[in-house]
Amino acid sequence: MSWLLVLEQCLNGLQFGVMLFLMAAGLTLVFGIMNLVNLAHGSLYMVGAYFATAAFGWTGSFVLSVVFSLLATLAVGMVVEVVALRTLYERDHLDQVLATFGLILFFNEAVAMVWGRTALFTTVPKALSGHLQLLPGLRYPAYRAVIILVGLAVALLLYVVVSRTRLGMLIRAGASNRTMVAALGVNVRLLYTIVFGVGAALAGLGGLMAGPIYTVQPGMGDDILIQVLVVIVIGGIGSIRGALVGAVVVGMVDTLGRAFLKPMLSTTIGPAAANDAGPALASMLIYILMAAVLSFRPQGLFPAARG
Amino acid sequence: MRTLRGAAVLALVAALMAVQARAAEPVKIGFITTLSGPAGVIGKHMKDSVELALDHLGRKVGGLDTEVIYRDDQRKADVGKQVADELLKKDRVNFVAGIIWSNVMLAVAPTVTGAGTLMVGTNAGPHELAGKMCNELYFTTSWQNDQTPEAMGKHMQDQKITDVYVMAPNYAAGKDMVNGFKRYFKGKLVDEVYTKLGQQDYQAEITALRAANPKAVFVFYPGDMGIQFLKQYAQAGLRDQIPLFSVYTVDETTLPAVGDAALGNFEARYWSPDLKNEASQKYVADFKKKFGYTPSYYGAQSYDGILLIDSAIRAVKGDLGNKKGMVAAMRKADFKSTRGKFTYNVNHHPIENFYLLKAVKGASEVEMQIQKTVFENHKDAYYQDCPMKW
Repeated sequence: MSWLLVLEQCLNGLQFGVMLFLMAAGLTLVFGIMNLVNLAHGSLYMVGAYFATAAFGWTGSFVLSVVFSLLATLAVGMVVEVVALRTLYERDHLDQVLATFGLILFFNEAVAMVWGRTALFTTVPKALSGHLQLLPGLRYPAYRAVIILVGLAVALLLYVVVSRTRLGMLIRAGASNRTMVAALGVNVRLLYTIVFGVGAALAGLGGLMAGPIYTVQPGMGDDILIQVLVVIVIGGIGSIRGALVGAVVVGMVDTLGRAFLKPMLSTTIGPAAANDAGPALASMLIYILMAAVLSFRPQGLFPAARG
Repeated sequence: MRTLRGAAVLALVAALMAVQARAAEPVKIGFITTLSGPAGVIGKHMKDSVELALDHLGRKVGGLDTEVIYRDDQRKADVGKQVADELLKKDRVNFVAGIIWSNVMLAVAPTVTGAGTLMVGTNAGPHELAGKMCNELYFTTSWQNDQTPEAMGKHMQDQKITDVYVMAPNYAAGKDMVNGFKRYFKGKLVDEVYTKLGQQDYQAEITALRAANPKAVFVFYPGDMGIQFLKQYAQAGLRDQIPLFSVYTVDETTLPAVGDAALGNFEARYWSPDLKNEASQKYVADFKKKFGYTPSYYGAQSYDGILLIDSAIRAVKGDLGNKKGMVAAMRKADFKSTRGKFTYNVNHHPIENFYLLKAVKGASEVEMQIQKTVFENHKDAYYQDCPMKW
């Protein structure tokens, strides 16, 4: 097994992790600040992918479709917050789970009514359809490299916003002690709507980048949501840094497990047994990891500071 | 005296009404498929085809008033079993039909036949139900899982292709498909890779595939998994380098989303919209007219399922209690199947032809084209394990 192959698989893991991070960042902010369990976050990912695909069809421009999709998902997120979620903040988590699960069903059926049940055709934009020669013998798809760069840029931007700006200060304060922030005269309602909208736009960004490599179809966000929940449990709920570390760890463990577990097992327990055990174990790895983190550090790797 | 007469009249009326109800007893068919989530499009193809079959029968299956109750299994075995129970106990259906996924079928079929109700599978063909677990009340209008990959294995063996890389999702049908392929393909296998059912990203597997440098790739990725795999395979630049052979991966449910990324792909299949026979051409033409898209084999075999039920009810003249008579009639496969004439083997699985197809550029979009017949009247590999005697 060559080092180049390991390196390429690490890039794949990083790319998957970055995708998870875009979802996890919004989800963890919403949970940390508003104490809201939002299962419908995967639906915003799906909505982002649909908007981008539709806009690409209308305009033929990838850049325009990205801009349109981001703004539209932001708007959808804000509307959902104002219409449906605002009343849920004071309710317990079970009510929130039920209500946001209802939203999943609503969004899945809504996109099926507008765009049909058949998956939509999308493709990687021409300019990014090639490969980059990273090292001699290591070619990497340009589009996936762009996903990694965009994800890391978003992580950096979020870090700067949260730790260096007034909005970030309010967000951190809101996460520590909501009542006090409200008492100091901050419009907490508006703050919540903004945070939720930004979280939605991040999910939409994940979705619109996922469209060309995955499938744009009703229910596309449901599977990734489960992995994102694993990410924020591992990373620590409410923490952006935790979301980033958790996402990269989950992306790496999942990808490297899928790639190398079976070959490694076949040297110890034989190829036939490895064929059965390898894939089963690889698909469980991230959940085993989550269980391990929960038993040793129940608050996650980087829990948000609490007042 | 008067009240007594009144009671007698009422009793007479009630008796008459009972007879009336008996004569017009409708047939109830529970149709289970996946209607929500990523695989919902397959369920749509099946449901639309059932509706077309009902249209062609004048909305009367076997000459009786018909009610078809559609239920969604969400691609989950436990949900499938639950809705089957509901159809049997609450709706008291006379037939259960449908089922896309083999793992769901393995949970549903024994439930239905165990309750003494007839089951007509219209997609999944797990090997258990063709062999040891075969049942008098269970028929399928599709195939046994292994048969289609057997055809592809034979074709690749005949072409003397070697160094083949095999990939499939890790569930009941995935294992059946690879077993079927290996039954006829005797060349060298580079590796056999199983992925998670419903997996979205195949980049890690494709990277490993490229590193292994095989001469050909054989995959089974139905529905949304196929869309993702084909796009990512093409994006990795492998489409022009390593020929891709598949079963249940490139079809009319996935082609609209895959487009040119499928060009040049080989598939094996028992039916395709370009199959030349009267029943098939009528089905395809009327389907396109009514629903505005091209049907798939998922639909064709669901259409056949309703026609099979129709033939059974006609044979017993609407007496739905006569299950023995209906089983005997269904064994004759006496209806105009979209695949042309076929017969049932002793395990109630079809003996049918299998074809090699290729994805080519059609008039406006990519379409599948039959290249040649690989097997004629092909039997599945498990019927000898089935203890059923006719």
